[in-house]
Amino acid sequence: MIDWKDKREFWIAGARIADPAAERMRVGSVLVQRGAIAEIVWQKSVDTDLPVLEADRFVLAPGFIDVHAHLREPGFEDKETIETGTAAAASGGYTAVLCMANTNPPIDDPSIVEYLGRRAALVGHCRLYIAGALTKGLQGEIINEYGLLKHAGVSALSDDGRWVTNSQVMRTALEYACQHGLPVIAHCEDSFLAQSSLMNEGYHSTRLGLRGNPAAAEEIAVSRDIMLAALTGAHLHVAHVSTAGAVDLIRRAKKRGVRVTAEATPHHLTLDDSLLESYDTNLKVQPPLRGRKDIEALRAGLLDGTIDCVATDHAPHTEIDKDVEFDEAPPGMIGLETAFAHLHTALVKTGAVDLLDLVRFLTARPAEALELPGGCLKKDAPADLVLIDPEEEWTLDRALIRSRSRNTPLVGTAFTGRVQGIFLEGKWRSAIMA
Amino acid sequence: MPFNRKHLLGLEELSAEEITAILDAADTFKEISERPIKKVPALRGKTIANLFYEPSTRTRLSFELAEKRLSADSVSFSKQGSSVSKGETLRDTVENIQAMKVDMVVMRHQSSGAHRFLANFLDASIINAGDGQHEHPTQALLDMMTLRQRWKTFAGKRVTIIGDIMHSRVARSNIWGLTKLGASVTVCGPATMMPASVESLGEGGVTVEHDVRAAIAEADAINILRVQLERQKGRLFPSMREYFDVFGVTAEVLSHAPEHCIVMHPGPMNRGVEIGQEVADGDRAVILEQVTNGVAVRMAVLFLLAGGSLDAGTLQ
Repeated sequence: MIDWKDKREFWIAGARIADPAAERMRVGSVLVQRGAIAEIVWQKSVDTDLPVLEADRFVLAPGFIDVHAHLREPGFEDKETIETGTAAAASGGYTAVLCMANTNPPIDDPSIVEYLGRRAALVGHCRLYIAGALTKGLQGEIINEYGLLKHAGVSALSDDGRWVTNSQVMRTALEYACQHGLPVIAHCEDSFLAQSSLMNEGYHSTRLGLRGNPAAAEEIAVSRDIMLAALTGAHLHVAHVSTAGAVDLIRRAKKRGVRVTAEATPHHLTLDDSLLESYDTNLKVQPPLRGRKDIEALRAGLLDGTIDCVATDHAPHTEIDKDVEFDEAPPGMIGLETAFAHLHTALVKTGAVDLLDLVRFLTARPAEALELPGGCLKKDAPADLVLIDPEEEWTLDRALIRSRSRNTPLVGTAFTGRVQGIFLEGKWRSAIMA
Repeated sequence: MPFNRKHLLGLEELSAEEITAILDAADTFKEISERPIKKVPALRGKTIANLFYEPSTRTRLSFELAEKRLSADSVSFSKQGSSVSKGETLRDTVENIQAMKVDMVVMRHQSSGAHRFLANFLDASIINAGDGQHEHPTQALLDMMTLRQRWKTFAGKRVTIIGDIMHSRVARSNIWGLTKLGASVTVCGPATMMPASVESLGEGGVTVEHDVRAAIAEADAINILRVQLERQKGRLFPSMREYFDVFGVTAEVLSHAPEHCIVMHPGPMNRGVEIGQEVADGDRAVILEQVTNGVAVRMAVLFLLAGGSLDAGTLQ
């Protein structure tokens, strides 16, 4: 019954196939041969001597791609490693993740890129794409060796976690990145306006006595970076958009033809700042959780294409880091293992988004936004696939989290829809612990 | 009215009935401090730890006196000269103190929400003696006790709070407490020290006014806050002399308030910054009466959280 698992040739039969390029989902069967998609037929069953995975309960989609994860290696291996981070990704349905550069040392030297590539080949559970640091030491002062970094294998450039405050440095970075054909992922937040802030500025920050981060901090930064993208012709990707105003700025920039793409996180699409009354440090993220109107604007932006894709901003921190007073805790929550189930429960089951759209936000759209391979179902392409049971009901159990860190406010949350596992070049990895 | 809470974290979560129950108890306890022997056995055998992570004179002494007058055994601790300077976390410090079998923890801490954090895992009762810029419930209760002794009822009364509203836990607790009991609140201060959506705070909201004379024109009481330079990130007003000129409550400013309007200040006062000398020492000021009432309010809070009820004989 399970003999398809380790085979080099098998059929996945009778699944509902979520092809991002199709109008809607259809029942079909996929032949996997030597790690690639050999054939897709639009029939429920296949007449074959090869092993068959009967998948009629499941949805089959291209493997998810996360363009924003902090895997913490090198330097913060107590929080996460390439091994544990990619394991978390795989159990969330991801066949590829892009890791951010704010490690210690930062990913600002080709040797670190090569090191990470080797780690991923050795212990990785999914594909690894790497963002190189935009500036030396993430200091926002001197641009890095983009040519050497690209040669070593980076897919994008980013000082994520920090905004480049000096506009001249950012202009230079964008011009030089453009020459090398690398997108620049920007953490847009005016660092002076947001200084020492702990949550979204508004009624709840006033009520809770937590210093506020105004929406203007993000919108000022997004405005400047859009203007510099227009000036330089470079590809700007706005990370973790959180405010309605920022969505509007990006929408108008796209209309003008500026090369800007953008992402939103599952938590900014679902959780609002009123939750902070628990002072749960797992809800402390940067940018902060915003209000209901911002959530509605992000969802509308995702549906009309202003926001290109969902990205997790998976940001692991240990219990030691997080089990402190609210203002002492570092910002960030993990997200790779819950992104699909969280959004399927909050957006698809409520009728706000259909399942095929959610699959697009997690596959084709991130791939297109950052010009990465995958995210589609094509004959002869690597069989990077995800198998989903859209009806399974489950509850997030803290003990079964695969990330090395467990900083999520979703422990104990009931979800509908669960990733069963991924095929990485045709090789099955179950998402569910026995 | 029974009071069944384990902790006193803030006034936002209390009902009007619960606040009234504390004020009623405080009125009863006030008399104890007038006796030649200022001590009742109400909390005999209870152990209380006072943890002060921020400097305090008034609040700390007030709690310590309240504990002694109720016959509790109490120990005090301040951030200086403790394991905090050796890098111990708040959670570890408090769990260690609890391991010594403490019944109640009175804490002042610089982080908003620190008491809520401790309430997640502590068995002892927690009393908030000020958390960051969030709440300072016993201060608001003693302010309200002082007002109620004059007014009998809060309905139809207006209290104007003047100063750095943004960084003030005293303002937040007063806004919740006063509005729940039916008073109206006006807040007045520089626009740079007004927090977002402050007008929505409290039951039914508050009035925001930037002109100090207009703000007190219909006030039955004014509560003048200290300018908390230590909490401000960056300068939020140009100079002390400008602050005093625009927002300082002088005798001339006070002449714009109704004659019956009284003046409160939670202390410590910066004379010549937020309050003029002649106002601080004037006959409308009830600042020392507030301090006296503070002991009674804290006795009431400790007593009620320990599960006490004011039957005949309790206070003999």
